[in-house]
Amino acid sequence: MKKNETKRFTRRSLIKYTGLLGLGSILGVKLLSCTSSSKPGGKMIKVMTPEGKLMEVNETDMSMAHPHFANIEESRKGIPGRKFVMVVDLAKCKNARECIRACEHHHNLTPDRPFIKVLEIQDNPRSAPYWMPKKCFQCDNPPCVKVCPVGATYKRSDNIVLIDNERCIGCRFCMAACPYSARVFNWGKPKQSQDVTNIKYSPETSTPSKIGTVEKCDFCPDMIRGKKLPHCITACPNGVLYFGDANEDTVTNGEDTVRLSKLLRDKAGYRYLEELGTEPNVYYLPPVDRLFPFKDTKA
Amino acid sequence: MTENNTTQQDIKHRDDHVIKKLLSTVGRPNPIFKIWIIALLVIIFVGCFAYYRQLRFGLIVTSMRDYTSWGIYISNFVFFVAVSLIGSLVSSILKLAKVKWSYPLTRISEIIAVAAIICAAVIIIVDMGRPDRFLNVIFYGRIQSPIIWDVLVIMTYLIISVLLLYLPMLPDIALCRDRLKNISIWRQKMYKILALNWQNKPGQLRRLKKTSTILEIMVIPVAFAIHTITSWLFATTWRPGWDSTNLGPYFVSGAFMLGAAVIIIAMFFIRRSFRLEDFITNDHFDKMAKILVLLSLVYLYFNINEYLGPAFKMVGVEGEHITELFSGDYATMYWLVQIPGLMLPILVMLFKFGRKPFVVMIVSFFVLMGAWFKRFLIVIPSLQHPYLPIQDVDESYLHYYPSWEEWAITLASFAGVLLIITVLLKLFPIIPIQEYINHQDNGEVQSTDK
Repeated sequence: MKKNETKRFTRRSLIKYTGLLGLGSILGVKLLSCTSSSKPGGKMIKVMTPEGKLMEVNETDMSMAHPHFANIEESRKGIPGRKFVMVVDLAKCKNARECIRACEHHHNLTPDRPFIKVLEIQDNPRSAPYWMPKKCFQCDNPPCVKVCPVGATYKRSDNIVLIDNERCIGCRFCMAACPYSARVFNWGKPKQSQDVTNIKYSPETSTPSKIGTVEKCDFCPDMIRGKKLPHCITACPNGVLYFGDANEDTVTNGEDTVRLSKLLRDKAGYRYLEELGTEPNVYYLPPVDRLFPFKDTKA
Repeated sequence: MTENNTTQQDIKHRDDHVIKKLLSTVGRPNPIFKIWIIALLVIIFVGCFAYYRQLRFGLIVTSMRDYTSWGIYISNFVFFVAVSLIGSLVSSILKLAKVKWSYPLTRISEIIAVAAIICAAVIIIVDMGRPDRFLNVIFYGRIQSPIIWDVLVIMTYLIISVLLLYLPMLPDIALCRDRLKNISIWRQKMYKILALNWQNKPGQLRRLKKTSTILEIMVIPVAFAIHTITSWLFATTWRPGWDSTNLGPYFVSGAFMLGAAVIIIAMFFIRRSFRLEDFITNDHFDKMAKILVLLSLVYLYFNINEYLGPAFKMVGVEGEHITELFSGDYATMYWLVQIPGLMLPILVMLFKFGRKPFVVMIVSFFVLMGAWFKRFLIVIPSLQHPYLPIQDVDESYLHYYPSWEEWAITLASFAGVLLIITVLLKLFPIIPIQEYINHQDNGEVQSTDK
């Protein structure tokens, strides 16, 4: 009898303690993930606050704010209240191609399927050629989204057009429809390391790439959620690329933070092929008063 | 009464003769046919191997790349969709218009239509980067996308075409069931099942006539829709050469012209190999050739309409595209399509000697080749003229020469069409027997009345 009682007691307590332990560990992890500790030392990194201001923080602090992983459902909605835009100052580009390299590195791309291209453009025979960095324009009236038969590519509330490469059937209608040739296709098995293929896929990271599906510039929503600028913006040595939020009317190239409306007004900002009615969210500033003569930059 | 009886006996006797003759083509053993079928199977097998390679390594085995992101798979798809339109031309439009001489051609055209639309559906799956996700089209289908319109309308057309082939064939299948006794058991069983207990009862005949008429009317808008919607796959984009309101009628008229050519080629070879000279006469070739001239003229009109405006204005990339076609890389192909593929049939077939079976068949081959390359010219050069210049890419991105895998799969799709046609021609009476007899009887009744 007594033996039995002790046994029952132990079983009950076991359940109780296990429950407590479980609850405790959940709470503990939550608490740990919320606390921030500032450690001395480390590199200083520029980040944009949700208000669009630029501030420098310690790299060690940054590691606490791990870039947010968005699941498929979350990545379809977009970040509430935001309208992301980009501005490209054509006067400053010298074809350094750092944006391409940074993009390639972070998205694990090979040079044959770039998300960014720097094109040599000459508007007419008498005007001087200039370099035009071009990526997906994240159109408000996106032809690619309109034609997709399965909704694998979609427009979010924060202006970003993304691709779900786990739904894409590889029909390439979006590539035919995009007037800006912004999209690339994984014709073969994408070359990426085992570590990369093991990463859990999110449309916000476009990683890992999958054979037989379409890809393109995604405006790095994972970086934005982590309160960081997209890789191309920070990589540009000349501050050509500005990124920001139209709702806040602010864009930054990592050094200067400026009013979007003022910048576009003062420098006669335009959108490429406005007449197509695609309503791009990437603006260009005309290549006037250039920082670099074109000849010197042609490698 | 007695007079009536004797004429009816005469008719019965003649009908028996016709039935016997037309049923004799069903399953007639022939060594040439065996070789033909083996040859087709070999081509299909090579195509399957190429497709296995494509499944294994991805679309990298094709010559398609970014920019030229659609290739001969898509142009071949458009081609087969165009071929499938003849089903509606002959078995519906001509039939509804009570063009009497066209009756013997209905089954041939309907068989070609079914074979072509099946292979068009297959080729579009071959073009997919992820054929394993085909069901996403059903799970996540967006009705706003022209591809979904195309899927829906092709399925509808396939079903109507199969019904339009099968239902009017019921009396003939019943004949096969009743009269072909010394054939293998599985074929006896097949005819028995497929005949759906057809007994030539008045009620059955009445219902069949009604159903056939409904199908014949229904197939016309669907046939126009398949090719118009296929043209919208292109017209709904901003590409030069595709951004045209003319594209729908242009595609449909081109398809009718191609369809007439295909039926002429089919008539020629079927007549020869099944010895059907009594049923497919030289007169048929003469009349089909006249139809082909008419359809070519209609197509010529839309063709001029398609190129004159852009060529007159020469706006930006549209102008580049036109230059490339008229005098650039694609000029040879373009003028081959225009001159032997379009002008020649009009010129040759205007004359009586040009409407002789052999000449008509040769000219129709030119039309067929022209039509295939025309689809190539519709799809590929447009993709190579985007708004933004193509820079920083591998040399292979600038041109498009289909790889052996693409050619093998394309040839296999042709072999597939021919195989389906051959098998159906072997299994069923080629000339609609019951219909033929009815028309002959009616014809005689009318002539005696006069």
